[in-house]
Formats: sequence, structure tokens, C-alpha cells
Amino acid sequence: MNNAKLQTESVTPIIQVRGLETWYGEHKILEAVNLDVFAGEIMVIMGGSGSGKSTLLRYLLGLHKPDKGSINIFGKDIHSLNSKQQIEYRKKIGVSFQGGALFNSMTVGENVRMPLREHTALDENTMRIMSRMKLEVVNLAGYENLTPAQLSGGMVKRAALARALVMDPKILFFDEPSAGLDPVVAADLDNLILNLRDAMQVTVVVVTHELESAFKIADRITVLDRGHILMTGTVDEVRNSENSRIQNLLTRTAEEQVIDADDYLQRLTEGAV
Amino acid sequence: MPVNQQASLMRPAIEMLGRKFVETIQNVGYSAALFAESLFWIVCGRWFHQKVQISAVFEEMMNIGVKAAPIVAILAFANGAMMAIQGIYTLEDFGAQSQIIPAVAMSVTREFGVLITSIVVAGRSGAAIAARIGTMNMAQEIDALRVMGIAPVRYLVSPVLLAMLVVMPMLTILADVMAILGGGVITGMELHIAMPVYIDRVLLALAPFDIAQGLIKSLVFGTLIALVATSNGFSATGGAEGLGKATTRSVVMCIAAIVIADMIFTFFLTL
Repeated sequence: MNNAKLQTESVTPIIQVRGLETWYGEHKILEAVNLDVFAGEIMVIMGGSGSGKSTLLRYLLGLHKPDKGSINIFGKDIHSLNSKQQIEYRKKIGVSFQGGALFNSMTVGENVRMPLREHTALDENTMRIMSRMKLEVVNLAGYENLTPAQLSGGMVKRAALARALVMDPKILFFDEPSAGLDPVVAADLDNLILNLRDAMQVTVVVVTHELESAFKIADRITVLDRGHILMTGTVDEVRNSENSRIQNLLTRTAEEQVIDADDYLQRLTEGAV
Repeated sequence: MPVNQQASLMRPAIEMLGRKFVETIQNVGYSAALFAESLFWIVCGRWFHQKVQISAVFEEMMNIGVKAAPIVAILAFANGAMMAIQGIYTLEDFGAQSQIIPAVAMSVTREFGVLITSIVVAGRSGAAIAARIGTMNMAQEIDALRVMGIAPVRYLVSPVLLAMLVVMPMLTILADVMAILGGGVITGMELHIAMPVYIDRVLLALAPFDIAQGLIKSLVFGTLIALVATSNGFSATGGAEGLGKATTRSVVMCIAAIVIADMIFTFFLTL
């Protein structure tokens, strides 16, 4: 979306995070996170391992309540919704988890139909037609009677995407969509994400550490490091950033860390590691 | 040994005891919350468009009840036969062998029928339920349920609880019948009492409360198994090793809870 920047200046964000902070014991996981995501854009949240990006995603999904700060999605604080409003909120979002999170006891078709079965009064035939349509969208037509165990890694992710799409969500969240996939399959999935955004006009939030994938699909990128947002900007802005930590991430340079063995063992015995 | 040294040796043990006590209280609290939420979805799910799926309840009934029926029947039959053998041997000294019939009938219906059933269900279904929910937890399937707007307790716990409440009394009745039959076979062989006569005397010896006592216990034990197994599944972490530990813990805790609850019940209902 080339006009993403223009939109950011004029439109109310569909996702608005303000002052998000969270701790795990004494350890601060996210600190003063502010983030705006606008309707129709693809926002990539990028960072190394342990940067807090998956944690941030879990907060956006409403799986945890933050210690401080607010998350407004569709104009409402998702942590102050009552049970009925939460269900309504979750009908409007779709999530593709890192490992797919398909239910192994069900076939692919049953997995895709599950949200329909739980939230609509559609008859079985209509649900079958709808699930087939979504499987066609992700190029998995004809696989509906297989179980997740019979699919490859890429197929599992696409089946999970079909399930995420079945309620026609307004926002799609992806957790590490390319993780564990070979470059060709990962590139296919990236194209699928781009096509979906264009065809269905959905807002997409992708959490990833894969630079190639991030630069290919992102309208804007938020770089997260040790729980802080280093910057949010377009692909070019991130590429040209002079921030040394961002450059380290982009050039995959590990920071030199001197580990004191005695200190590490001491922390280990105290249960801090 | 100096007093200071003794105190420093005891400190870790006391700390561990304290931690275990707090952990136990937390587990009981968590199970109670699970029970309350599960009942909430059974009763109020319809109003939130989240009613407990009857097909899921039937599936659980099949797994917990129907598939366990053969092993419950065999073990109960063997248990009844053993009770008759030991009883006849013991009562022989008093010349009261014929009293074995009311003894088997009452102890089976009040105690051993439900106990055998519960232990089999705890070992079989308690472990399977904990393993299934634990695996789902680790594979983010429970997160997937939540983000799809499906309450995990309504989807995973309520059907198990309802199925337990239906099948446990049925399995207990099966166990009672089979154990009494097992006792009848041995009584026939040792005391030459014909089966119709044996059954008549069993029916004479039993009061409705004897049977009701076992059935009430079966409802309580079924609830305990459902809650202990599901709570262990939800708290499973740490990959395959953690899953193995959660499954083992589930079976051990189920059986411990059943035996302790049985003791308390027996005390209040019998004495």
C-alpha cells in the first residue's frame, strides 16, 4: 500500500496501543509500547528472539491483560469488554498461529467449519460450501477430508489461514508465517497474504523475524527490541535507519556479549535463568 | 549437633512443605473455579450462544463409559469372586459361611463397585483427558479456541463433566452386578448354593440406600476425575516430559482424591 503514510495522517487507527507495559516477575517484557495500525495496511512487527513480539501479539489478541496501558481495537478497549462483546470482537479477527494450531482430532474441513458451527446457525451444506470456498482461496481445494497430520508444514499453515478467514474477519494476525518453511513455500505464503489483503480488504498484522518476508509484504514495519519499539516506519525508512540496533538486526550481526560464567551459575541456582 | 545447624537442616524441609501446601490450595482453588465455570456454561451457555454441544457429550460418554465397560465388568467380576473366596475362608472359623452373601452384596454396592469403577475410569480416561488437553495447550490449540471466541472450559471441560455424571452411575451399576455375579459363582462352587437362591438372598439383604450410596459416590468421584484430569491438562507445560508428568500426576491425584473422598463419605454415611 503506497499511500499508507497518507492514510496514517488522516484516518483513525483500527488498532491503537498506548503505553503498554508488562512484567514477568521482576523482568519487564514490554515497556511503553505505542502502536497504530490503520485499516487495510499490512503491519509487520519485527524483532529478534526474545524481543517481545510474540508477547505483544498475545496482548493484541486479548489472551492476556496488560499490567499497564491500553489496547483499543475497533475503537474499544479489548480488555474492558464483557463476555458477549469479547465474542463479537473475536468474530471480527482471524489468527494464524505459528504451528497452525489445527485440531488434530478433526479433518481439515471440520477445522475450517468450526467457527461457523460455533457462531452461526448455518446448515451443514452451507458450511461445507463456505469451507470449500476458503480452502480454494488458500489453494487447498480437495484436501478437506485429510487430517492435519497428513499435511505438509506449508499446507498446515494455509489450512489454518482458511480457518482464520472463514468468518470474513476485518483483521488478520499472523505469528511467524514463514517459520519452518522452505523459501519457495514461504514466498508463496507471502504472496497469499498480499493477495488476501487486496482481495478481501483486510488489515494484516504479521509478527516475524524473517527479514526477506517482512520487506516483501509490509506497508509499515515496527521494530521491537528487548520490549521497546525502536521505530515504526515504511520499508525504506527501516532499511535506511541509522539506529545501530536496527542495523545489527538487518545485517544479522550479533551484539558482542561477554557472559560471566560465575554470574550465570549464580543466577541459575537462584532460578533467575 | 548444634541447634543452629539443626534449624538450618530443617528449613528446606519446612519450606518445601509450605510450598506444597500452597500449591495444593492453589490446585483445589483452580479446580473449584473450573467446576463453577463448567456449570455456568452447562446452564447459561445457551444465552451466550455457546451451548455445550450434545455431540461432544456423546463422544465423551463413548470414550469414558462404553469403551471402559468391558474392563470394568471383568475387574468387578474378579473382585466379587475374590471377596467371596476371602469371606468364606474367614467366616468358616465361625461357621457362618452363608453370611458371605449379604457381606458381598452390601460391600460391593456400598463400596467396592464404585471404587473399582472410579479407579478404572481415573486410570483410563483421567490420563487420556489430561494428555489430550495438555497436548492441545502446548500446540496453541487452546489459544486458537479462545481467539475464535470459543470458551475452552465450555468446549473441553463441560462435555467431560456431563459425560462423567451420566456414565459413572451406569458403570457403577454394571460393576455392582458383575461383582455380585462373581461372588455368586464362588458361592455356588464352595457352598453349593444355586444362582437363583443366591440372587434371592442378595435382593433380601440389600436396601435401596445401599445401592444409592454407591450411586451418589459415583457422581462425586466422576466430578473429581473430570476436574483433576482437566486441570492437570490445562497446567501442562514443558514439552513431552511435562506432558508425561501431567498425565502421571493426573492419575495419582485422581486416585488419591477418590480414596480420600470415599473415606469421608463412608464415615458420614455408615457410622
